[in-house]
Amino acid sequence: MNSKMNKTLTYIAAALFLFVLWDILALILHNPALPRPIPALIAFFQIFPQSLWRHLLISTYRVLVSLFIGLAIAVPLGLYLGREPKLDKWLSPQLYLTYPIPKIALLPVIFAIFKIGDLSKIILIVMIIFFQIIVTVRDAAQNIPANSVLSVLSLGATPKEIYRHVIIPGCLPEIFTAARISLGTAISILFFAESFATFDGLGYFIFEAWSRVNYPEMFAGIIAISLQGFILFLILDFLQRRFCPWLYT
Amino acid sequence: MLTLNNVSLAYTNGKASVNALVDIDFQIEEGKSYAIIGPSGCGKTSLIFLMMGLLHPTTGEILLYGKPLLKPHRDTALILQEYGLLPWKTVWENAALGLKLRKVAEEEINRILERVFEELELTECIDRYPTQLSGGQKQRVALARALSLRPKLLLMDEPLSALDALTRENLQEVILKLIKRYQMTSVLVTHSIEEAVYLGQKIVILSSQPGRICAQIDNPEQGTDGYRKKTSFYEKCSEVRSLLEVYSQ
Repeated sequence: MNSKMNKTLTYIAAALFLFVLWDILALILHNPALPRPIPALIAFFQIFPQSLWRHLLISTYRVLVSLFIGLAIAVPLGLYLGREPKLDKWLSPQLYLTYPIPKIALLPVIFAIFKIGDLSKIILIVMIIFFQIIVTVRDAAQNIPANSVLSVLSLGATPKEIYRHVIIPGCLPEIFTAARISLGTAISILFFAESFATFDGLGYFIFEAWSRVNYPEMFAGIIAISLQGFILFLILDFLQRRFCPWLYT
Repeated sequence: MLTLNNVSLAYTNGKASVNALVDIDFQIEEGKSYAIIGPSGCGKTSLIFLMMGLLHPTTGEILLYGKPLLKPHRDTALILQEYGLLPWKTVWENAALGLKLRKVAEEEINRILERVFEELELTECIDRYPTQLSGGQKQRVALARALSLRPKLLLMDEPLSALDALTRENLQEVILKLIKRYQMTSVLVTHSIEEAVYLGQKIVILSSQPGRICAQIDNPEQGTDGYRKKTSFYEKCSEVRSLLEVYSQ
């Protein structure tokens, strides 16, 4: 209980510190594009019940679906590649060749093929986070200690049971790390993808307020997108505590 | 019980083929305790993995009960130097794994483990994770996992080498007691002369690179009361020492 209280207090202190920094920066720059925190917060609480909540919900839906699909494809593949050196030898060059291609540049192509809707945004995010997840998970699977595998093999485990009892739980902490990194990436890409030819989502909301030169409202959107990232991070932390209890002993 | 006929094992190092073990002819008789000793890099671990069915000989054959050993057999259990415990499973889950893989009913698993845990004085640790245990406790859990399967042949790969002197002697006593009580045949790989003499009715000396059986010594007083403090124990140790000196040159 005490440590939970401490953690909450640390978060509150960190938030206050950021607001103070923001305020100092706003005072120094003295530019309407960077309003002070109080008017931005007032705008946030005013507009959130009116329309902002809907944009937040839509963006969160897109981020979560993309993250789920990305993990569902890349995690099993990464685990398998990590444990099958022959397949890895064959697929790694393709991975390394396609990894550095800036997939965001393919956005017009994706829009042209899949039209402007949720699907095209989700495909773009999945294409990008797929690589982050597969490489992290593959490396984790390769680093599972041989002793762990041998000891379970000596108990008569089948290859499927080795995955169930050794490879998957052994890689779970890195899967959570990959999910956390991909979450940040997904939010950034979605912001970009929602910035044109769309009428909903936080990216749209922020750019629309910007085009109206309504800076406090624009910052209300920025606060919403930050809160979205923070809450999703907390949920991932909670899930990691729930599914990897041995890390917290 | 277990027969190694003219067994050799080679592995590839880059393009070169390196012999790890050569012409191993060896019989393990039921109810006896064997200790295999040799200098570092003599292929002791490879030999125990061959006996477990985790490795396969390049030439020659290994027979268990007269049949070729192609994979780990349910009558054989292995204890590894680094314990081979899974960090993500509790003590109880680690010890139960072998029985679970054999599809033993939950109630039966509980009944077996309760007895083994009491015997190994582990009852207080059941909910802990391996990181919360001392080296000695970890090795007891590894023993519990092996014993719960009621093996007829217990293979041990330097099980006590990571422990301090007192814990090591204490666990040697525990192993000796359990081998007698469960009427197991045992093979211990070690680089400690005292341990080999204390736990091996037959002591097998391997030469280094490639590993070859150089000598087999009978140790009829092994297992008798107070053997560690008898003059015959020291004499046997010095006999093994001089043979090792001859064959490691």
